Amino acid sequence: MKLLLEVKELSKNFGTFEAVKNLSFTVNEGDVYGFLGQNGAGKSTSLRMLLKLIRPTEGEIYFFGKKILLDDNSMLKDTGAIIERPDVYKYLSAYDNLNLFAKLSGVKATRKLIMDQLEMVGLADRYSSKAKTFSQGMKQRLGIAIALVHQPKLIILDEPTNGLDPQGIADMRNLILRLSKEMGKTVIVSSHLLSEIELIANRMIIIHKGEKVVEGDVATLLDPAKTLVEIATTNNDQALASLANTQWASSLQQSKTSLRLRMNRADVPQIISHLQAANTQILSVQPRHSLEDYFLSLTKNDTHVEPFTN
Amino acid sequence: MWSLLQIELYKISKRPRTYIAFISIALIVFIFQGAFKVDPGYLNLLLQNVGDTFEVDKSKAINGYFMCYIILNTLLIQIPILVALVAGDAISGEANMGTLRLLLTKPISRHKIIGVKFIASVIYTIALLIFMAIMALFVSMLIFGVDDMLIFRAKGEESQILQITMDDVMWRYFLAFGYAAVALTVIAALALLLSVFAENSIGPIIATVCIVIVCTIISNMNVPIIDRTVKPFLFTSYLVGWKGFFYIATDADDVPIKGSIENWPAIRNSLLILLAHIGIFFGAAVYFFRRKDIMS
Repeated sequence: MKLLLEVKELSKNFGTFEAVKNLSFTVNEGDVYGFLGQNGAGKSTSLRMLLKLIRPTEGEIYFFGKKILLDDNSMLKDTGAIIERPDVYKYLSAYDNLNLFAKLSGVKATRKLIMDQLEMVGLADRYSSKAKTFSQGMKQRLGIAIALVHQPKLIILDEPTNGLDPQGIADMRNLILRLSKEMGKTVIVSSHLLSEIELIANRMIIIHKGEKVVEGDVATLLDPAKTLVEIATTNNDQALASLANTQWASSLQQSKTSLRLRMNRADVPQIISHLQAANTQILSVQPRHSLEDYFLSLTKNDTHVEPFTN
Repeated sequence: MWSLLQIELYKISKRPRTYIAFISIALIVFIFQGAFKVDPGYLNLLLQNVGDTFEVDKSKAINGYFMCYIILNTLLIQIPILVALVAGDAISGEANMGTLRLLLTKPISRHKIIGVKFIASVIYTIALLIFMAIMALFVSMLIFGVDDMLIFRAKGEESQILQITMDDVMWRYFLAFGYAAVALTVIAALALLLSVFAENSIGPIIATVCIVIVCTIISNMNVPIIDRTVKPFLFTSYLVGWKGFFYIATDADDVPIKGSIENWPAIRNSLLILLAHIGIFFGAAVYFFRRKDIMS
């Protein structure tokens, strides 16, 4: 797989605040690369640095092996992006918006090209409507058309499902998969809806407080051998004691209502038998095979609000 | 660059606020013209100070050239506000709409973007002045006719009437409008600079107007130390320099010399100072815009 983007030791300080700290990652051609992190983790700042919207304090960016200098916009010729909201000129029509941004992207904007793009995102029948009359989902689709109009190799989507209804989220997911599978585009997509990333990304990075926590293949990071399992019993203290000297003890954590441990999913029947043998009554056993749990387990010390229990 | 400029002008042309200035100018000019047509009493007011010294044919004094001069005298003080409406919105308006980040993810350098926005603001300013010239000069010429032009001038403690023959007027207006374009471009450059720092357009528009008002007040103060140390550096001290084109030189017998300007070096110096202000404001706008982190 050819390396498309390499980021080395990227940092950004706002005064004394370190928004991004020594962030390094690589994106291969054809990847759908998930950029995960809580709100304020530094995702948008990192993506904005890639797009030259924010000047890095330190670090290097390589695009197809070529170092991108501070005032070099060449990378943007091959990059399309939506950063946060898909804001367009509200007083212009969908056609005019797309036509305008196509020209700004250096594309010879023929009527056919513009209409084809609008058709692709399902806005052809509203081409003459002013953008101010569009729903959030329609604006998002127009934003996608603008990001794609110059046939970029890399597409950066920052929180593309923000503000969308369930149908809009599904449409966006399908569009990203289509861009990757059918059109061969490389997509970097950030989201705090972690379940969405799980469904579309093949590689991902998790950042927290501006720093990389982990990077790798989604399949590897979500290895079934490291599944987070949540066990609720009638007496969790007793269950904890019975598991204290077992192979699972090292990853064992106790919350108010359950025990959590990282283990191979194949071992779930064995741990149930063990607890039953220790006369522990089991209420539930839930393998939490999702990025959200994975993410929370990595950043467990930074709970902003105590979990609600009743 | 040309394509970028076309896009910028297209965007400006599609915004309703662009036309506020044109409508305002048309309204004010029509009110002036209508008022003078119905009641030319303003001339009597002007003649109060100098009427004892000069014989003036009032029926000829109010003509298209004179009307334009009176209108310019009033409007060129207010026009900076109208220029700030568009130039102050150039970057901050895009930031407010959220289109700035989309714009800057396109492969265009920032200095080109701000350069084009500045040129578009200058074109808008010139368009305003051309519109004003049509309304205030040519429409007044149609309504009031043409004749020799009288200029009432306060010179120190004295008042003075200058008479310019009708065949010696038009070139002065062309140069006066040219000078006004340069003066208003200073306002456009200032508004653009302030626009770089803001994320909504109200701030830079109000800030520009405030700066112009404060500087104008200082420019009109008659305090010797301010005259020497502050006024020479304020662009507002030179905004009304266009009047210099109508101050005709006179010979030893106080007879106006046709085709002359009383103090060309002063006008030239004023122009150079205004151009320097444009350079400083625009240069600063480019400098800060290129380094600006786009957080909107």
